[in-house]
Amino acid sequence: MTPRLTEIWVYLAASPLLGLSLTLLAYQAAQWLYERAGFHPLANPVMLSVAMLVTVLLVSDMPYEHYFDGAQFVHFLLGPATVALAVPLYAQWPRLKAMAGPLTIALLIGSLTAALSAYGIGAVLGASNASLMSLAPKSVTMPIAMAVAEPLGGIPALAAALVMVTGVLGAVGTRYLCRWLRIRDHAVRGFAIGLASHGIGTARAFQVSEQAGAFAALAMGLNGLLTALSLPWILPWAERLFGR
Amino acid sequence: MILALTVLLLFQLAGEVLVRAIGLPVPGPVIGMGLFFLFLLLRGGPSEAMRKTAGGLLQHLSLLFIPAGTGIVLYGELLAREWLPLTAALVGSTFLAIAVTALVLNALLRRRAAHGDTPQ
Repeated sequence: MTPRLTEIWVYLAASPLLGLSLTLLAYQAAQWLYERAGFHPLANPVMLSVAMLVTVLLVSDMPYEHYFDGAQFVHFLLGPATVALAVPLYAQWPRLKAMAGPLTIALLIGSLTAALSAYGIGAVLGASNASLMSLAPKSVTMPIAMAVAEPLGGIPALAAALVMVTGVLGAVGTRYLCRWLRIRDHAVRGFAIGLASHGIGTARAFQVSEQAGAFAALAMGLNGLLTALSLPWILPWAERLFGR
Repeated sequence: MILALTVLLLFQLAGEVLVRAIGLPVPGPVIGMGLFFLFLLLRGGPSEAMRKTAGGLLQHLSLLFIPAGTGIVLYGELLAREWLPLTAALVGSTFLAIAVTALVLNALLRRRAAHGDTPQ
């Protein structure tokens, strides 16, 4: 690089502007591709954006911390957006209330399945203990998963990464899985995707219909609460079960 | 829009304070969502401005996960070492959880519809 270009690069690499612009640019590009693909689940915008950004960071040798200095302004909005989920929840309240019993049972069984099967498959195939503890909360929203993983001996940032992959898998696969299982009700599909794939699944559900989105938001919130409260009790039991 | 955003941030703040005050193991925004939901029940629904602001935020929910998701770049080595158990656990468990939840909920709703005790 010429000295002038190096100077510009030094400025950009240190300024939060670059991380923020890159995030928004990657999202715009991913949205454009997603629309072009007719909102096909395989063109998931979170997956595409993250793939683009990871490539940029690796190629330009930019540390993640520098990138996050700028991207944190977007990250911050997750808080108010989570609070805003109460609005679609309210809109679906009559239907949710009428289904309270079945939803509670599905929540308990689904939540246990999500945590135990992740732990079990990982343990049988020989994942390290830190990975297992980061895997167990993989179905709940990122901030909860990170908070739950740490005291159990997991790695919070790894938990966040596993949560993201889980979200993308659910967002991509739910349609095919439910079609194969002959489940058409958007309320059922939404509840399942929100329970297993938290906010990224919920984001996908909102693109399908408001009803699916509201049920996904409900399942995400409830499973987050339940997992945070139950995982510290369930895991010692799972450890014994899988001989750890 | 600014008023609506302020309201959302205030509920998040209330959630964060409550979480620290009683030592809940749940993030503040989730409690904030619960509090805001109770507020909506009492108020009888969101204002028009709030519906628009919440809708705008939720429409771009995907964007908000990108910064944290990009953090996966930090774990290249660990992922290379444990890719098989991690991939199998993520794929298997995610689809299993979706299938089990959807099948249980579907079966329960059908059974209830068949018994004809759906609330009118």
